[in-house]
Amino acid sequence: MTIERIDFAVIGAGPAGMAAAVLAAELGLDTTLIDEQDAPGGQIYRGIERAEPGNNLGAEYFAGLPFAAALRQSGAAYLPGTAVWHIDPDGTLSLISATGSQTASRTIRARRILLATGAVERPVPIPGWTLPGVMTAGAAQIMLKTAGLVPSGRAVLAGQGPLIWLVAAQLARAGAPPALILETASPANYRFAAHRLPAALWPARRALAKGLGLIREVKRAGIPIVRRVTGLRAIGGARGGQRLQRVAWNGGELPADLLLLHEGVIPNTQISLALQLEHRWDAAQLCWRPVADAWGATALPAVSIAGDSGGIAGAEAAALTGRLAALDAASFLDKIDPAERDRRARPLRRALRRELAIRPFLDALYRPPRATLVPQDDIVACRCEEVTAGQIRRAARLGAQGPNQAKAFTRCGMGPCQGRICGSIVSQVMADTLRRPIQEVGAYRPRAPYKPITLGALAGLQNE
Amino acid sequence: MFRRRPDSAPAMTVLVTVEGRDIRVPEGASAAAAMLLAGLDHTRETPVGGAPRAPYCLMGICFDCLAEIGGVANRQSCMVTVAPGMIIRRQHGKRLVAAE
Amino acid sequence: MQRYDAIVIGGGLVGSAIAYGLQRTGLQAALVDEGDVAFRASRGNFGLVWVQSKGLGAPHYQGWTRLSSEEWPNLAAELKTRTGIDVGHEQPGGVHLCLSDEEFDERHARMEQMRAEAGNFGFEYRMLGPDELRDMLPGIGPAVVGASWTRYDGHANSLFLLHALHKGFVERGGVYIPNRTIDYAAAQPGDFRLGSGSQEIAAPKIVLAAGLGNAALAPLFGLSAPVRPQRGQILVTERTARLFEMPTTTVRQTIEGGIMIGDSMEDVGFDTSQRPDVMAMMAERAVRSFPWLAELQVVRAWAALRVMPPDGTPIYDESVKFPGAFTANCHSGVTLAGAHANAFAPMVAAGALAPEMLPFSARRFDVPAAA
Repeated sequence: MTIERIDFAVIGAGPAGMAAAVLAAELGLDTTLIDEQDAPGGQIYRGIERAEPGNNLGAEYFAGLPFAAALRQSGAAYLPGTAVWHIDPDGTLSLISATGSQTASRTIRARRILLATGAVERPVPIPGWTLPGVMTAGAAQIMLKTAGLVPSGRAVLAGQGPLIWLVAAQLARAGAPPALILETASPANYRFAAHRLPAALWPARRALAKGLGLIREVKRAGIPIVRRVTGLRAIGGARGGQRLQRVAWNGGELPADLLLLHEGVIPNTQISLALQLEHRWDAAQLCWRPVADAWGATALPAVSIAGDSGGIAGAEAAALTGRLAALDAASFLDKIDPAERDRRARPLRRALRRELAIRPFLDALYRPPRATLVPQDDIVACRCEEVTAGQIRRAARLGAQGPNQAKAFTRCGMGPCQGRICGSIVSQVMADTLRRPIQEVGAYRPRAPYKPITLGALAGLQNE
Repeated sequence: MFRRRPDSAPAMTVLVTVEGRDIRVPEGASAAAAMLLAGLDHTRETPVGGAPRAPYCLMGICFDCLAEIGGVANRQSCMVTVAPGMIIRRQHGKRLVAAE
Repeated sequence: MQRYDAIVIGGGLVGSAIAYGLQRTGLQAALVDEGDVAFRASRGNFGLVWVQSKGLGAPHYQGWTRLSSEEWPNLAAELKTRTGIDVGHEQPGGVHLCLSDEEFDERHARMEQMRAEAGNFGFEYRMLGPDELRDMLPGIGPAVVGASWTRYDGHANSLFLLHALHKGFVERGGVYIPNRTIDYAAAQPGDFRLGSGSQEIAAPKIVLAAGLGNAALAPLFGLSAPVRPQRGQILVTERTARLFEMPTTTVRQTIEGGIMIGDSMEDVGFDTSQRPDVMAMMAERAVRSFPWLAELQVVRAWAALRVMPPDGTPIYDESVKFPGAFTANCHSGVTLAGAHANAFAPMVAAGALAPEMLPFSARRFDVPAAA
């Protein structure tokens, strides 16, 4: 097997990955940026290079354009359409890329790896969430960004968080406003959030102003909004195939063709968990976060983390932590000395403090409802294997102590998504049933291949 | 479930076939988007219980968008960009393989 | 302090089968287990109920395995009735593929040796050529020169089996004590105490079935269990329409449709990390055996540690120093589940291992003193 050797491998072409790769290349590191999608941008800047200026997606979206341009001009190698399927703690990465229907495998050894795999939508396990016609709000945004497509028929946006307002505004600007917004933000959280507002007011003034501006825009567009929604459910019909027919909530219902759910985003920890890095359950963000220092360095010398995959902080913060990780890599690999690293880091850290200022407020304001975090028995927890929350609870009562034993008893987490969607649900349901802290109950231990690889491509490794 | 945004300028499109029907899809769209644009009410039946599903996350995480593309089963259709002449079909449960 | 009639240490396939069997005899048993993250050989199991190659040079092991394969359908049916869980047991026979003439000749010789050593209970096998194989196993590749086949082999779902044994145990009144590490153990003849945290349990009988953990536990009970880890990796493909029901030693299709591929044997200590080069080697052999496998996607893979006695043959023993203490160690938790539940557990309940279990004792490893 021939192994290509480089200094720095960055996984993920979102703002963190792009910023890190560009800076690393500037600092003289032999850098390769690897990403599954076939164009840069991650999710927040998805489709940025193809985007038409008049598409009304907003200035924040187009802020991604310089990142992509800088990447293209940098000295970093860029491998789009390439998935990582295994990482060895010694820095060896196993990759697969698809050209047409052929897959080819490749091995690279890096002295430092940066995981910048971003965030994923928090799963929203409401009754009927597996029905065709139920998607995430982010999915609708991806349709808009990559193909200029908007919902046909009646779309309902349900949940809470800044993305709800952004997607509603973007759809309205595109001539397809949602028929209804169901906001699940709970008044119980308002007071809790209000305590955190003063600290955020000045440093996060621009973000807060933008948020308020979006809410105003949505209201001016005349989109009906129902607040304090509880009991959200998606209802299908026997007639005309089993797809979404109606959206219901306590106190109302509406026929609908599309339901877009959103209860915030959480770090994509699939690779960090597979590497068996220590993770902590963040009680404010209600998600697992890999343990890393202020530079993103982990207990594995070859592995570092930046961007939302280390903890949710948004696109601007992601670029900053990406750059911090690049500086640390350059210092680790003796391209710059620690003093220069620290000097260059100072303005980045100042900017990062500003970006992080709004988080405690948002985390408190938009805390997901308990029913979303710990669904009732008859709701599907593992979509791939169709395992219900009730089956998970029964496994816990039978003696399963954590998600991995629950997996052995119920098959949850064994499907194609390998626990990406159900992981947080299963951990929370088990912690709730066992009456133990989630930190103790733990998370799935994903394994390679992190993404599917054909037996043929795997066998072909021997000929590399 | 989805349509072209009403204000969009004519964009480059690609001709693909979804469940035997030809459809023009904006360049850069995924095969999943093509299926949704074609108006399919569901894009696969699960291999476990035969439940109808359609794409959920469109970012490569949920694997609910599995479809048969170019004759190859179980491909994540949200991760495949449309190309001229691409043939896209629903994934019906388990993959069928000819053992020969 | 809680008292039980019997304590089993280890909640994997071996421990839970024994605990299930004990509880079924009417004893009140406690099953002590570790937490969610532990070595757990059971999770790594390939799922074969395999007789064909077990016990070469050790007729007692060959016989024990045959006994287990005969008990297996009874156990599976009983578990289905009592727990509602179908462990997916099928016994269509099994095939060991040979990818060269040398492999074929060597395999033939082994089968002959098995037959010669089988004695009274007999051992029927056939060596198959490519044409016969093609009927049994669709799409067999040109690289396969032949195979050995016996009717005793089969497969099952090892995780369903684990679930069913646990459920059956608990539903019969067994007490499952998970998330424990043993802080201290005290042994007296017919009186064994274990302490974990603030909890203490005691019983006149104890069975050590803690897999790799047995090596350290055994001496505390006057036993010896010199087992070592042997890593095995497994690949599983996407669910595919059912193509073949005949299991082979390294490729089998589960009832759910995924195709499982094994089976590396790596001497790497307690390392459960996966190795792409080993995975590649397994994939290559599988694709050579069945070329059509090449286009299938591997969606899941893992590495686990087999519990390997020095000569590969199980260690079953009862303590001479502390009567009432027993141990069970093997790397075939699925295959031997029938014997563990239906033969070994009753022996423990009766208080002593049957004389035919003597060759399995760890005393076989004692080097005779120089004359």
